[in-house]
Amino acid sequence: MIDMSILFDHWDLFLQGFGNTLKASLLALVGSFVLGTIIAIFRIAPMRPLNWLGTAYVEFIRNIPLLLIVFLFFLGLPAVGVRLEPFVAGTLGLTVYTAAFIAETIRAGIQAVPIGQTEAARSSGLTYIETMRYIILPQAIKVVIPPMGNQFINLVKNSSVLGVIAGLDLMYFGDLISADTFVTFDVYIIVGIFYLILTLPLSLLVGYLERYLAKGR
Amino acid sequence: MKKSLLNKVAGLGLVLMLSATALAGCGSSKAPEGQGGESASGTAATGTLAKIKERDKFVVGVKYDLNLFGLKDPGTGNVEGFDIDIAKAIAKKVLGDENKIELKEVTSKTRIPMLKNGEIDAIIATMTVTEERKKEVDFSDIYFTAGQALLVKNDSPINGLADLKKGMKVLSAKGSTSAKNIREKAPDVEVLEFENYAEAFTALKAGQGDALTTDNALLYGMSKQDSNYRVTEETFTEEPYGIAINKGDAEFVKTVNDLLKELKENGEYDKIYEKWIGEKPKK
Repeated sequence: MIDMSILFDHWDLFLQGFGNTLKASLLALVGSFVLGTIIAIFRIAPMRPLNWLGTAYVEFIRNIPLLLIVFLFFLGLPAVGVRLEPFVAGTLGLTVYTAAFIAETIRAGIQAVPIGQTEAARSSGLTYIETMRYIILPQAIKVVIPPMGNQFINLVKNSSVLGVIAGLDLMYFGDLISADTFVTFDVYIIVGIFYLILTLPLSLLVGYLERYLAKGR
Repeated sequence: MKKSLLNKVAGLGLVLMLSATALAGCGSSKAPEGQGGESASGTAATGTLAKIKERDKFVVGVKYDLNLFGLKDPGTGNVEGFDIDIAKAIAKKVLGDENKIELKEVTSKTRIPMLKNGEIDAIIATMTVTEERKKEVDFSDIYFTAGQALLVKNDSPINGLADLKKGMKVLSAKGSTSAKNIREKAPDVEVLEFENYAEAFTALKAGQGDALTTDNALLYGMSKQDSNYRVTEETFTEEPYGIAINKGDAEFVKTVNDLLKELKENGEYDKIYEKWIGEKPKK
């Protein structure tokens, strides 16, 4: 059985780590959603240069490891005079990385709406923005919710990358406590349970939204 | 093409493994040693000194993987370092020729058993003198005092523990005794721990901390790599290195101690110290 005294002896560290993981996840979630939406719009907007920009972002960012992006923010930026706290560098890296996947998810959702809908809306006199706002996005969101939920769950788990750059998250303190006590297995099981506390409700929420939105079809 | 890339990757892996063992070796000063204790025969009875003279060669156990103290140059195959120079001085004193030595690689785990079964005449391998080890072997006088210190930028105002102020960041490696020590001795600073010392040094270079802390023997190696960084003089733990000799061989211990005294008096020791550490020893 797991030795629960480890949890109580290091309660403050686990809690601090949990708090920071939660904070990093929430910030990166909001940030990557906003950034991802902008990139998605870039990719499908009727303007070539924007398309290129969006495509370049997605292809560049999603094809290199998250750890590298985080190192770039943590160790690379100081070379050009920008020094970020480990936590900030990690959260930014996580945001930038996840945004590429969010962008692809949203783009796929929008393009899943038949082109005839856009044509009909535009012939009825709606502008491009209005078409997006009233016709396309409300339909796209339903398609997008399940894969988006996946991305957010991945994001929470990926936040463990902060542990490598001393970002004071759950994984970081897990490493410290296990190195300190030599009780490796139990510590990481507790760390895993803390991650589940974050990801399971997220999973359930996504499931609920899916069912709720399906009713409107 | 493909093969050479593979070789490179394998080589890199090997280097990483070696440096990992080097670091592990430093941290494990309290690991139980002398598993080969049972096999110890009374080799000391004949006297190490007589053995060396008869063989006309001083066989000494040194490290091959520790920068500055005992490191094998992969290019030339030569093993060089502080410990090796001390060994050469012993050979010169006993046999009159500093080249009459034979180096054997030891690790923190193998060195005591190898000394006990007579494979080597002495251990000069960054070996910390501890009460526990004194039960197994005899030690010479201290020839180097290692201790935990700080690595800082050349123009840093930090010169020791007292200069570490609240809000400063000190970098170290996860789970190291150094991290534990600094938390106790400077409770106000923020300690950030990285996967290993190489990563911590990279973070320090990126300006992500005010100082890096571990044994100064390791820190000197880092400051040699990048001369923009210096090691603070003050050490706040003590790891005295001694030369290990078979238990009961008082004659050889005295020879070595006399030599160490001689080296310190004639300035030879200072020269060796400066050659490897890059500064004069503290008096």
